[in-house]
Amino acid sequence: MDLSLSTRTVGDRTIVEVGGEIDVYTAPKLREQLVELVNDGSYHLVVDMEGVDFLDSTGLGVLVGGLKRVRAHEGSLRLVCNQERILKIFRITGLTKVFPIHTSVDEAVAATD
Amino acid sequence: MPVSFEGEAMPTVELLFSAQPEHVRTARLVAAAVARRAGVDEAALDEVRLAVGEACSRAVGLHRSNGVEAPVRVMLNEDEKSFSIEVADEVPGNAAGSAPDSGADEAADDEGEMGLAVISGLVDDVKVIEGANGGVIRMSWPTP
Repeated sequence: MDLSLSTRTVGDRTIVEVGGEIDVYTAPKLREQLVELVNDGSYHLVVDMEGVDFLDSTGLGVLVGGLKRVRAHEGSLRLVCNQERILKIFRITGLTKVFPIHTSVDEAVAATD
Repeated sequence: MPVSFEGEAMPTVELLFSAQPEHVRTARLVAAAVARRAGVDEAALDEVRLAVGEACSRAVGLHRSNGVEAPVRVMLNEDEKSFSIEVADEVPGNAAGSAPDSGADEAADDEGEMGLAVISGLVDDVKVIEGANGGVIRMSWPTP
């Protein structure tokens, strides 16, 4: 399965819905999407990963890169994920401390720091 | 010249693929299919998939940043009590911890190191072997 991406806005948040596999081949597409959003002035991103079947370290690198970009504009990058297999990768890399991870898009949209 | 490996027996399944990111997914699928057949616990198949993907992504990155045109080699071995995977690159001097000289492709190197970190976090039995012609990441999982 390839990567699917779609975006929508809710208030001042931009939801990026990701589906499929994020790996060394597809991660550049996600990176482009995040860069484009930030360049267009969307600094509060919610990446919905509920449709993601596979995530590797290349994908993690892209998410960290996205976080760095939005933070440069005092923005935020929140993740939505309930899948144990994906959450495990964030845990073993210590990235659960870096990303706010929410159980639903609604929760992520409502969240403030 | 391919790296030589301990044990002379032919691997159960051997896969050679050109060092292109799009083929890493194929390696994951093949590895998971052979692991399942070998009797690796269903719960560990996600680990197999991720670990082999990380090892292959790292090898692809090394080949590409060093201009190596040789394919990446994946050996899948079904032994009596275990299932093992070896992913071999043909870039000498890149074992874990060693600093590549050029620094020209630092991002790719960083990703490779993150990949190794993920593998060590995931797999209990993992070895990084540095050979004269390149490195090998060897991982194994118990089978019933």
